[in-house]
Amino acid sequence: MTASATCCAIQGIAGVPVTVEADQSNGLPGFTVVGLTDRAIQEAKVRVKAAVQNSGFGFPTRKLTVNLAPAELPKEGTGFDLAIAMAVLRCGGHDLPRLDGTALLGELALDGGLRPVAGVLPMARSLRAAGVRRLVVPGGNAAEACLVEGLEVVAPGTLRACVEHLDGTAPLAPAAPGPPPEEAPSGFDLADIRGQPTAKRALEIAAAGGHNLLMVGPPGSGKSMLARALASLLPDLGVEASLEVAAVYSLRGALRDRPAASLRPPFRSPHHSISRAGLVGGGAGLAQPGEISLAHRGILFLDELCEFSRAHLEALRQPLEERVITVTRVRGAVQFPASITLVAAANPCPCGHHQDPTRLCTCEPRALAAYRARLSGPVRDRIDLVVRVPRQPYGRLFDASLEEPSAAVRLRVEAARDHQRERLPDQREPPLNALLAPRGLVGSCLPTRAATRLLAAAGERLGLSARGFHRVLRVARTIADLAGDERVGEDALAEALRHRGEPGL
Amino acid sequence: MSATTPRCVLRLPRGAPGWPAALEHLHEPPAELWRRGRLWPPPVAAVAVVGARAATLSGMEVARELGRELAAAGVVVISGLARGIDAAAHRGALEAGGPTLAVLGCGVDVCYPRGHERLLEAVCDAGAVISEDPPGTEPAGWRFPRRNRLIAALALAVVVVEAGERSGALSTARHAADLGREVLAVPGSVLSPQSRGTNRLIRDGAVPLLELDDLASAVPELGLNPPRPRRGAGARAPDDPALRALLELLGDDPLHPDQLAEATGARASEVAVRLCALELGGWVATLPGGGITRAGGH
Repeated sequence: MTASATCCAIQGIAGVPVTVEADQSNGLPGFTVVGLTDRAIQEAKVRVKAAVQNSGFGFPTRKLTVNLAPAELPKEGTGFDLAIAMAVLRCGGHDLPRLDGTALLGELALDGGLRPVAGVLPMARSLRAAGVRRLVVPGGNAAEACLVEGLEVVAPGTLRACVEHLDGTAPLAPAAPGPPPEEAPSGFDLADIRGQPTAKRALEIAAAGGHNLLMVGPPGSGKSMLARALASLLPDLGVEASLEVAAVYSLRGALRDRPAASLRPPFRSPHHSISRAGLVGGGAGLAQPGEISLAHRGILFLDELCEFSRAHLEALRQPLEERVITVTRVRGAVQFPASITLVAAANPCPCGHHQDPTRLCTCEPRALAAYRARLSGPVRDRIDLVVRVPRQPYGRLFDASLEEPSAAVRLRVEAARDHQRERLPDQREPPLNALLAPRGLVGSCLPTRAATRLLAAAGERLGLSARGFHRVLRVARTIADLAGDERVGEDALAEALRHRGEPGL
Repeated sequence: MSATTPRCVLRLPRGAPGWPAALEHLHEPPAELWRRGRLWPPPVAAVAVVGARAATLSGMEVARELGRELAAAGVVVISGLARGIDAAAHRGALEAGGPTLAVLGCGVDVCYPRGHERLLEAVCDAGAVISEDPPGTEPAGWRFPRRNRLIAALALAVVVVEAGERSGALSTARHAADLGREVLAVPGSVLSPQSRGTNRLIRDGAVPLLELDDLASAVPELGLNPPRPRRGAGARAPDDPALRALLELLGDDPLHPDQLAEATGARASEVAVRLCALELGGWVATLPGGGITRAGGH
């Protein structure tokens, strides 16, 4: 006699529906689970047996075989426990009429309780896309599962409650989406930062056009504070974008850090000692998304850019170009989303005081050259905006003059984003000037005749490279969008030229 | 160690024909000299331009300009081929096509610091490289102060362009003072650590060097009286009053755009637009540190 239940496995950032088949046959009593399982699934046998018996149900005493289909897909984790238990109970003769069309996710405790698992949101989305309409999840995963439209989610507390829901003796009410999360004020407000008008303007441009930004300045000049303030300038995410972000956090089991329903763009600042897999994704077993995917649709802040190893920086090149990261394994490649705004900070030299008018730089010339080489590596080519952040005089820190708050700047940023959306209706989401391809760039930027002349003069006088030329045009387009101009004028172009960063940096 | 040139190295024992008489002013003249290059014996009209290795960009620019002007006036520029000021002075002299003399603290076939191989060759071609240590001698910390006394002795005057409190260039100045050579120093900001040594020299009696005329009047033996255009003379000011106002704030000390925004009360975006116009017009330059200065000649 056989029975089945529906469950889900993870592949990359998507779920793959899995059918759990259970079979009882004559032979020596035993319990076998097959279907490319990992250690955690083999251990499920012990958990399932204890949980079923401790919930007051009989466990089949004949030869029991469980297969997780498709059997060629590698499976990992403890989320299969609940589906295995239901398939086994049904196979043992328990009548569960509502099990058909219902998917189950969750880990079992020995006493029959249900424990939350990682990745419920992406699995729920894939199950819904595959036609599943009812989902059973542990209480701890209910909030994220409820975000998926058209899915009836129930969250029983125990195995027994789950069985009684499925056999109809005590049906549970569908879980309701919780109240929208309280948005904690994210990081710093721009008004908390004294002075720094040039850097603040660069933040505004970066936020409006999604441009990658490099800040160079001595230690203690406020670079990380500025990066955090940039997060407060970004507009809220759309519902679809916020689901994409929450799916990555769900997969990493990191929804404690960021509520699933949050609409704020994420901000991640990995330390330079992070492993390559931690930064771009990978790791043992199934590939996991890295920090760059956790920063999807938000900001990845790399403090001390030059302390990151060359391999790390090299690995960032593809996602900065293609907005996704591909992790290639022997068994094939998986893709994670990685549409980020990169904010990098660097000291001007290893000791931090190069060209500082008040302090002496103690760096060896050779160390300085090596440091510079790293600063001008693969990542530098993808950075549109460069800003010098000077050390602030101490007196300035106690200056009580009024600074513009983030909310005011964010209004201008949102208006500029609206202009971009109108101009780029077919552009792949999100429509940002930073993503304008070199091809047809001049056509989409619409420089005035005077601006074209200025650009030609600048190219000659300042020795702009082709890549530098494109960077300046993209930034100028954003400056014009901030001003509400239809065409890129001389002023927008002149300001963009100042933000290109001097040669060699 | 690497032999950097096939060109011959000549040994000159003390007192032999061609031995510079100026070296006899030393308390302990060297027993022999090793040299490469054709500029021999070195002309008497020579000025040492020395300074810190950890120099600022503007300091190096001053040294370079000084080297250029001296060479153009036919004066030999003597220095130590070190990084920073020394190298800038040699380069300036070479640019003006003038002879220049490098006194090393290692063998004349050893390039120290690494990376100055081409400069060493250029100095050999246009002037001479000398040392009191035999070829193949590796550089050592104690050889450099000893080398400095030769620099001081061979020059009529020593100009220190930039020196920190403990810079080796100060020892050259001390030797020069002991030998009765004129010591000049380029003054700098009292806040700048790279100018602390030179400012102290001025306080202790060195002649401040603001322009080449100062050297001409301090050391008349050099026969310097170059007619030179005044800085900024003839430079056309920008028409736009906003640009003129911004330009008036700028000098040779680099300023960050934030400081300009604060001083003019303009927004950062407006300052950026004006600076771009000034930069393209050739009135100002952006230094690698991001600071803005007036461009040379304006």
